Amino acid sequence: MAKITIENLRHSYMPEPKRDEDFALKRVHLDWADGGAYALLGPSGCGKTTLLNLISGLLHPSEGRILFDGRDVSGETPERRNIAQVFQFPVIYDTMTVYDNLAFPLRNRKVDEAEIKKRVTAIAEMLELTATLSKRASGLTADGKQKISLGRGLVRSDVNVIMFDEPLTVIDPHLKWQLRSKLKELQHRIKRTMIYVTHDQTEALTFADQVVVMNNGEVVQTGTPIELFEKPKHIFVGHFIGSPGMNVMPCQVKGGKAFVNGHEIAAENAASSNGSSRLELGIRPEFVTFAAKGLPVNVVKVSDIGRYRVVDTRLGENSVKLIVPEGAAIPEGKAHLAFDKAHTQIYSDGWLAGEAR
Amino acid sequence: MNKTFNNKAWWMVLPVFLVVAFNALVPLMTVVNYSVQETFGNNEFFWSGTIWFQQLLDNDQIRASLGRQIIFTTVVLFIQVPLGLTIALCMPRKGPWVSVCLVLMALPLLVPWNVVGSMWNIMALPDIGLLGRTINAMGIHYNYTRDPVAAWFTVVLMDVWHWTSLVVLLCYAGLVSIPDAYYQAAKIDGARPWAVFRYIQLPKLKHVLTIAILLRFMDSFMIYTEVIVLTGGGPGSATKFLSIDLVQKALGGFDLGPAAAFSIVYFLIILLTSWLFYTLMMRNEAN
Repeated sequence: MAKITIENLRHSYMPEPKRDEDFALKRVHLDWADGGAYALLGPSGCGKTTLLNLISGLLHPSEGRILFDGRDVSGETPERRNIAQVFQFPVIYDTMTVYDNLAFPLRNRKVDEAEIKKRVTAIAEMLELTATLSKRASGLTADGKQKISLGRGLVRSDVNVIMFDEPLTVIDPHLKWQLRSKLKELQHRIKRTMIYVTHDQTEALTFADQVVVMNNGEVVQTGTPIELFEKPKHIFVGHFIGSPGMNVMPCQVKGGKAFVNGHEIAAENAASSNGSSRLELGIRPEFVTFAAKGLPVNVVKVSDIGRYRVVDTRLGENSVKLIVPEGAAIPEGKAHLAFDKAHTQIYSDGWLAGEAR
Repeated sequence: MNKTFNNKAWWMVLPVFLVVAFNALVPLMTVVNYSVQETFGNNEFFWSGTIWFQQLLDNDQIRASLGRQIIFTTVVLFIQVPLGLTIALCMPRKGPWVSVCLVLMALPLLVPWNVVGSMWNIMALPDIGLLGRTINAMGIHYNYTRDPVAAWFTVVLMDVWHWTSLVVLLCYAGLVSIPDAYYQAAKIDGARPWAVFRYIQLPKLKHVLTIAILLRFMDSFMIYTEVIVLTGGGPGSATKFLSIDLVQKALGGFDLGPAAAFSIVYFLIILLTSWLFYTLMMRNEAN
């Protein structure tokens, strides 16, 4: 168990990186508390797996340091760092039984057999693998195999951190949900630092206390699921999290007031944005409502999602989506919209205006 | 449910049946036919029952050839499989050297068999050959045309040179197809190189190794060209293997009946051994 500090970490897969684009991971600082549940969330190719492999020691950083409890581990092997990692595709040792698979990391570390038996039995119990312990691991289903991979990570009592690299990719949807709750439950029970890499917002938001959103090799925002939802620091976060994503439209700010298509809109941080850069206004569909007067729009499309409906409207060139609860009336053609001021934000060059990056 | 029965579809199978018949069944049956008959020329045949088979099994010369054949195949397998596997494990997985290694490995396989025989024949000559002269210069008496041990050494060395590459290429293909995640997981589980080999690489190579061993068994059990060019089965009959014996019988003596019986037994030995080996290797796959 350890507190993890990442300082100025950069990584490139090229031998001699020069420009910023050569880096898969541009410059990352992070501070993770011991025993927390963290998620790295981002689209494919954003550098999240690179960051994970740097922390586990499968890769060594081009620049920067990684500290476990203040000890610099940047140059150490995965074994010395004492971490566990679960991969996207289940890795099992085909010729071994489930029991031997779970015992493997302990046997490699010369733990005595009585202790191994105790730990393996406990972990198998936790993961509901007890019935299959004496079977050959190669005969199990994909989720059974992934549970073994997971079990090999959990079986060592002293690991500093357990990392998951999109571990539910090959699992059937209904089992995915089960395994996800299992993971969350385990995290609560054993209180070990866990890092979960995924491109699926639901997985990240349900698993983690703190979500790190990445894009293009950079950390865009770190925060609780609520913070990411209510106050996206960058329009990328607004788009990437939420379904549908945040509405973003160009705007002007004059004298501390925001205007979209000439209509004044109250925004929380309108006063703090300067007028010189590219300005956009962002608001989540959840905070937009139909009103008697306000922004004039045209209703173009209504999609029924079940418990609510997503209404697509046009405001000049821009699309504004809003979420309307089941049963509420939806005007046809021309309508007016009201934005909730507390959740209306101005973005300057993509970043939330008035906030330190 | 009403199923339409249309037996006309069987005609579609006819071309395949004819091809198989003419390239496998007919020649094979001709051999079976010869093996139970006696001829004195003029295309006249007389029924002879199992006499050729009995003679074959009683023949000391053929038994000796079979013994040599078994020893040769065993020796060759025990050298080529571990050696091939080791070379494959040592070859680079990425970078410019991959293609260099692959081409170098493939070269011996591209040399025609009788050329391999001639190459080694000349190279191992004690008076003018590079290999022969070098060995003799080191003070070891070496003459493969006279000394059975030297002849065996040369034949085995030639076969290792010619065919280890096949094992290497098969194993290499198997190794390359193991996903990186396995090695990474092993690293994290703290596995030593031996454990990685024993629990990841070897199990993942099981199928290619089975194929490699089967191919090498069959080929080495049928070896003819290289040996006949290199030693001609000599000195004496020290390197006379089954196929050399068979050719002498069939073409040298024109004893069609005994040669046919010999061919059938030869074929059955290879077939049975291969089947047995394959079944044993695959027996655990089902459960």
